[in-house]
Amino acid sequence: MNKFNKIAEKRRAGERLSSNDALFLYEEGDFFALGKLAAEINRKINGETVYYNINRHINPTNICVNQCRFCAYSKLKGEDGAYEQCVDDILNEVKDAEALGIREFHIVGGLHPDWPFDYYLELLRSLKNEHPDIAIKAFTAVEIDYFAKISGLDIPTVFKRLLKVGLQAMPGGGAEIFTPVIRKQICPEKISGDSWLEIMEMAHQAAIPTNATMLYGHVESFSDRIDHMEKLRTLQDKTGGFQVFIPLAFHATNTDIRKKGETSGIDDLKTLAIARLYLDNFQHIKAYWVMLGEKIAQLALLFGVNDLDGTVVKERITHAAGAKSAAGLSEAYIRNSIIRAGRKPVERDTFYKPVPSVQGDLHG
Amino acid sequence: MDSSRLDRRQALDLFENCDLLELGEMAQARRLQMHPEKRVTFAIDRNINYTNICECRCRFCAYYRRPEDADAFVIDNATLHQKIAETIELGGTQILLQGGLHPDLKIDYYIGLLEMIKKDFPAIHIHGFSPPEISHIAALSKHSLDETLRQLKNAGLGSIPGGGAEILDDRVRTLISPNKIGWQRWLEVMERAHNLDLRTTATMMFGSLETPKELIEHLFRVREVQDRTGGFTAFIPWSFQSANTELAPEVTRIATGVDYLRVLALSRLVLDNIDNLQASWVTQGTKMAQVALYFGANDFGSTMIEENVVAAAGVHFSISLEELIDTIKEAGFQATQRDTLYNLIKEF
Repeated sequence: MNKFNKIAEKRRAGERLSSNDALFLYEEGDFFALGKLAAEINRKINGETVYYNINRHINPTNICVNQCRFCAYSKLKGEDGAYEQCVDDILNEVKDAEALGIREFHIVGGLHPDWPFDYYLELLRSLKNEHPDIAIKAFTAVEIDYFAKISGLDIPTVFKRLLKVGLQAMPGGGAEIFTPVIRKQICPEKISGDSWLEIMEMAHQAAIPTNATMLYGHVESFSDRIDHMEKLRTLQDKTGGFQVFIPLAFHATNTDIRKKGETSGIDDLKTLAIARLYLDNFQHIKAYWVMLGEKIAQLALLFGVNDLDGTVVKERITHAAGAKSAAGLSEAYIRNSIIRAGRKPVERDTFYKPVPSVQGDLHG
Repeated sequence: MDSSRLDRRQALDLFENCDLLELGEMAQARRLQMHPEKRVTFAIDRNINYTNICECRCRFCAYYRRPEDADAFVIDNATLHQKIAETIELGGTQILLQGGLHPDLKIDYYIGLLEMIKKDFPAIHIHGFSPPEISHIAALSKHSLDETLRQLKNAGLGSIPGGGAEILDDRVRTLISPNKIGWQRWLEVMERAHNLDLRTTATMMFGSLETPKELIEHLFRVREVQDRTGGFTAFIPWSFQSANTELAPEVTRIATGVDYLRVLALSRLVLDNIDNLQASWVTQGTKMAQVALYFGANDFGSTMIEENVVAAAGVHFSISLEELIDTIKEAGFQATQRDTLYNLIKEF
């Protein structure tokens, strides 16, 4: 039996893949064989269902004290294009959320040099007050760490306060690549990978479900990616608090990282498939169409993916880095993509519970 | 007849029922059989449209204008000259010369155009005039197809692009391009061109109003002509792009990424007698075009220098040429510039 088949048999038998296995899959795994195996494993876990949700991104500011080199979104205070939204601006921007069928606010922003922690508490309190039925998924581990710094509170207390005003889940951003030497190159000011993991662990202990991400396709190696996934897998064993893994394809335009445009579609699909095979304790693997493009995200459904993210009204961050995808997709478009890929679209809430879709089975 | 060849029924069955990754694997195996070297070719060229005035007014088209429209044009000699000079400066070997079906321009205009180009730029290959244009020129000039083709060839036409094929079925054509030549006429132009030693490509625009059966029929009609002539150099399927078209509201099943790959892979398997299959990065984006290289495609079309390039646009172009090469390499293939007839020119 060749090595690929041995790894496949291992995975089918429910045995855990080693980092060496994952590296072999990256370096020598056949594109089609990987896709088929990942799809097979996914089918066992999630059947034909592909989830999407209807969410609204809220980015209160692009002003950030960190100057990550891979980021095309952040600005310094006073710099051309810098913006900040007060709570009322945001409330006004999302006032028709229920009418649009939105079930989740996804809130991430820059680390603002002047805003107090109270701003964020007020934002959540107001959103919850006006939109009690819309779930709030907010703030990456990097922001949580920053809140602790600016408020002088410890992290469990930060969580306690946020929970009190309506925080229900956390996105998985800021993970980038955990390897210290890579972080030093791409995001020297950002919290370490270990800190990111610790904060996520504390979130899980506070019963806040979170996402996990990995930014790939910049200066990291395959081993760095696998090491990253290995750390996530270990923490997930401990807490079970990660809902989904989302590999994020790097976009270089307007960033300080001198690299050619985009990851290849082949790399994107292999990465998703390997994530499905390696992260055996993650139920959901998401193809984030904003970064992959709508077409690759659809194809990803044949490579072990079972979540297509949301309709994402008004995406700003990746588009600042030259993403050519739409700034938002209609529900009908997402459902049609899933159906055309031979799968069953199911609208979900923030916690991966199916919800009745307003849209019905268009083009079914 | 080779018994291993797919027939219509088998092709339809694969198209409708085969797992997409299985189909892709088969297409890749066939592609590697036909092109064992892991090479992906492309041409450096420029699309030049000599007019946007068109009597055909196809319902899927957003380009055509009526003669009285403010932005209707027929290209002037100076502009044409400049565009070709720029193309050559940027390493280009061919121009794709296409336009609308102009109500007044007879064959003398086209002969003049070709002769002028060839006089000033003898090395440039002119890939021009799709079958609807050839047929239109012939009718307007009261010439036979053969006579029209012969005169154009003598004036410098090097090969014929496969546009205007849409779906080679008259039910579909009536719905999407009611004023365009029928499928038989389209193939007749190509077969006559091949017989006069003019090579051509063949295209297919799918994802409008065709049924799977009609799509398959298109492939087989092309294959049958190719069996007789061997004149098609490449097949180029792309999907209907709906923005700003009259047809858009009627199309309920816009082709998605997986539909594109399915058609591409099936094309590779059915068209066993056409050497080259192009990935359409223009309609699918570069990431999907990379994936297309695993689903049977061995060619990346061309760089297509943009319209209205100004002097400084050389920079633009070299970026896009560089990007095109990187895109091919990142997908794991060797990038090689070719000419219109698929002779290799330069490895990158």
